[in-house]
Amino acid sequence: MYELYAQTFVNGINVGALYGLAAVGLSLTFGVMKILNIAHGEFLMVGGFFAYWLFTLLGLDPFLSLPLIALALFLLGAIFYKLVFASVARFHEEVKVKNSLLVGFGLFLVFPQIARGLWTADERAITPAYSGTSFPIFGVRVAYVPLAGLIVTVVVILALHFFLTRTYFGKSVRGTSENWKAAKLMGINVDRTYMITFGLGTALAGLAGVLVALAQSVTPDVGMEWTIKALIVVVLAGIGSIGGAFFAGLILGIVEAVGAIFMGPYSVALGLVIFLLILMFRPQGLFGKG
Amino acid sequence: MIHWKKGALSAGIVLILVLIPLFVQRSDIITYLFLTLLYIILAQSWNILGGFTGQQNLGHAAFFGVGALTARYIWLHYGFPLPLAILGGGLATAAFALIIGFPAFRLRGVYFIIGTLVMAEILRMVFDNVFPRADVMPMKLLATYNLAPRYYVGLLFAVLSVVAVYWVNRSRIGLGMMSIREDEDAAEATGVNTLKYKLLAFAISTFMAGLAGGVFAYYTAATKVGDLFAPVWTFDAVIIVFVGGVGTIVGPIVGAVFFVLLKQLLSLYLPGGMHVLVFGVLFIVVVLYLPGGLIGLMAKLRKKPA
Repeated sequence: MYELYAQTFVNGINVGALYGLAAVGLSLTFGVMKILNIAHGEFLMVGGFFAYWLFTLLGLDPFLSLPLIALALFLLGAIFYKLVFASVARFHEEVKVKNSLLVGFGLFLVFPQIARGLWTADERAITPAYSGTSFPIFGVRVAYVPLAGLIVTVVVILALHFFLTRTYFGKSVRGTSENWKAAKLMGINVDRTYMITFGLGTALAGLAGVLVALAQSVTPDVGMEWTIKALIVVVLAGIGSIGGAFFAGLILGIVEAVGAIFMGPYSVALGLVIFLLILMFRPQGLFGKG
Repeated sequence: MIHWKKGALSAGIVLILVLIPLFVQRSDIITYLFLTLLYIILAQSWNILGGFTGQQNLGHAAFFGVGALTARYIWLHYGFPLPLAILGGGLATAAFALIIGFPAFRLRGVYFIIGTLVMAEILRMVFDNVFPRADVMPMKLLATYNLAPRYYVGLLFAVLSVVAVYWVNRSRIGLGMMSIREDEDAAEATGVNTLKYKLLAFAISTFMAGLAGGVFAYYTAATKVGDLFAPVWTFDAVIIVFVGGVGTIVGPIVGAVFFVLLKQLLSLYLPGGMHVLVFGVLFIVVVLYLPGGLIGLMAKLRKKPA
């Protein structure tokens, strides 16, 4: 019995780290720009497929392809920001949120179709030689791939944290998120900050996509599912809380995994229950201020 | 004078629609007309909340699904008469919506949108698990399956939905809803009970979405229950409303006709599913550059020459 729970707990942490990484990018763009990008999961999907391409066509190891994917998705995000989100960003806050949701919704229709054209509707997974191998510890089997994924997630989130708190550009991002008008008066290029922040968000989604393609699989329609998970995690953590998103992701992963022991396939509904409870009793989230 | 003309025009269109099945025997044409009518109900239902009240619901499929599932179950498996079953589906949907709406509306703006989106996806996953097999009509019904009664049920509810939106638009309730859309704080400050009007709009909107579900449940011979909750029902409704003209009465009608026509046209020339791509791009363009939709565009073009 102990082993079942311990193993489930470990599996929950593995999945939860993915949820956390998927949510961090969404939280960043929403916190800084007040743009809620429903197409976040689509960028995740694209990242997964890019890594799949690099792996099958060039034989590039998925962990080595991470920086390339981050760069590619950063550029893709910046392009999409300029194409569609830049004209939304000029509205005042309430209109901005609603219009960005609608635009993201449109992208969510467009992306899977393009992906289907490029990669067909088949389920794709990245399977290097070491996938599926694991080592035992305290009666629990820990697989190498999710463990490496967890390490990558922690490193990326720490790097993002230091980037935002210790660098000059990070300061301008935080300043813009607090008050973009004041930031503009201080000589910060708000439009460029927005573009880079959006690119960072999609780059994070792309990194999560690589890990998803490694640990699970990607299909052209996987985007919405991950957007939903990321949204639940972001609300659970409190909107804009980046470190919180990681821990909230772990919580959701563990709750779902352990819940599956008791509820079977219905454990997906747990996310909704958590979501509604948080909205009712703690709308600022677990780690939010106020 | 203009009022009288509009009334006569609407009555004329309805009369033509009533007569069509008597003269047209081609089942594909009747099917497209039925789908247009179904989309009018669905789009108008979204329009009441999203267009007039300004609360975008990105989980409309959930309400369509609840209505369709309830109506189909009590009709096929519990032997309710059809009108009662469709009505029951609508009522069950509105009741469900009020349970969800109460916590969701205590918070403003974006939370409602995220909440509905998350709820619809999770309901779809749950129902996919509960009913993994397709729900097929009994053989006895399939043997006598006829499109014409489906068409008339669709027509009846489409007309009712347009009348309902027309009535809402001209009533005090409609004023309350639109005041929330324009400025929720100002509405509250001037004594509008915003929560009441939001819940009312949500109840009417989801009741109609449930009716649309019931009409579809009556129409479709076989369906996977999970597909009734598929996000495509939300997209179609939202796209139709925005392309037609959000927050107008005629917009969703024009949008639905345009949507069904363009979808058929595109499916002739493009590989399967690619019409979604075109609609996605069109939708983004409308949201960014043409907030009035086709109705707004027509009004602009009419003004220019004068």
